[in-house]
Amino acid sequence: MPFPDPGPFVVSLELAVWVTVILALTMFPFAWIFARSKRRWVPWVETLFSLSLVLPPTVLGFYLLIFFSPFSPVGQFLQNVFGLRLVFTFPGLVVASCIAGTPFMVTALRNGILAIPEHLLEASWTLGKGRLETIGWVVLPNMRPAILAGAVTTFAHTLGEFGVVLMIGGSIPGVTKVVSIAIFERTEAQDYAQAHLYAGILLVVSYAAVFLLNRVQRAERRREPSGAAR
Amino acid sequence: MIHFYLVKHRRAPGRDPAQPGFSLEVEFSLMNGTFTGVLGPSGSGKSTLLRCLAGLETPDGGFIQTDSGWWYRQGEGHPRRPQDRRVALVFQDYALFPHLSALGNVMFAQKSRTRALEWLDLVGLADRAAHFPHELSGGQKQRVALARALAREPELLLLDEPLSAVDEELREELGALILSVQRATGTTTLMVTHSRTEIGRLCDEVIELRDGRLVTARYRVP
Repeated sequence: MPFPDPGPFVVSLELAVWVTVILALTMFPFAWIFARSKRRWVPWVETLFSLSLVLPPTVLGFYLLIFFSPFSPVGQFLQNVFGLRLVFTFPGLVVASCIAGTPFMVTALRNGILAIPEHLLEASWTLGKGRLETIGWVVLPNMRPAILAGAVTTFAHTLGEFGVVLMIGGSIPGVTKVVSIAIFERTEAQDYAQAHLYAGILLVVSYAAVFLLNRVQRAERRREPSGAAR
Repeated sequence: MIHFYLVKHRRAPGRDPAQPGFSLEVEFSLMNGTFTGVLGPSGSGKSTLLRCLAGLETPDGGFIQTDSGWWYRQGEGHPRRPQDRRVALVFQDYALFPHLSALGNVMFAQKSRTRALEWLDLVGLADRAAHFPHELSGGQKQRVALARALAREPELLLLDEPLSAVDEELREELGALILSVQRATGTTTLMVTHSRTEIGRLCDEVIELRDGRLVTARYRVP
């Protein structure tokens, strides 16, 4: 049995890495607001950020396709000002997958922030550190498991993304054809051997990612959350 | 000297705004280098007082005047933030940073490694410098928390029921340590506690709160 074309794996991995890195670097401020702000508008925005969790991927993909189409004002603006076309391109896949993957990262980060005892922040302030220093020296180091959970779930989810990717990217080999689409196409062509190989590799990678996450979280749970009284 | 007059109102839990809430109104002066105890039942305003002095809560009125200037004065912009006051607070649950060793916790307040080790030595924990909070006993955590607070070299050291989480035997030993360290550093200290025994053993002065009001202020505890 010939080894399957590695192209879809490369596109999938590249996509998953881009999306995970972008969301890990940009979602912390939102997670912080969702966890700590008591403003009235926060639940509305938080719902918006979580919407892609329940929205059928094809619906999200459909709206993104319309939104970024070269005939839409946004699509025309991006094309004319930045020379950027998002429909049926790899950058389009990244943008769409970031939108689809947002709730996975934001929820993990928000839960990580909520799990940090308030006293640790207060201790940092009374020891002379400002808010940004406290985030850098206390909050981020103590939410490593949450950051890892967000990264792993976002990575795994993006790796298996199908509906959104198909709608906005189509299936251009080497550009937008990801593993899940390759599995679909192989199955449709009744080439089950190749579909098995693609699916099997995806299964192993996903299992390994979740296993790694659980191992790290178990190790972290052995440590006390705040050095509190025993 | 630290002279404060603090007013803080709190709405009663629940949605009825007409329901009377709790209010704190206390005036007192802490002489430099003294060890003052704050006594009172639960809900008397001890912790609120401590948190207002630390800058973790904003009072509704009054002032906090220290030798280094005003920390808070009603009607004059924002109160000084906790990080801008020379204040340190030892929390009831220690609030040690779990990702840092004992030395790392002390160095959080004091960048110099040598000075940090000296502070740990002062509380008898120099040999545990590399241990993480989860590797320390309750009493050892309390010592690290004390060393960390002192490393900030505060104008005012606040202790929130520092002996409540340790057993009777250790309580006496830790109390003696706190007193000796306070005497050695001459840090003005305010300690909240439920225990009259602790007050009698450790403090120079005592203020007693009930329902947010100062009911007794005694200097030189017998």
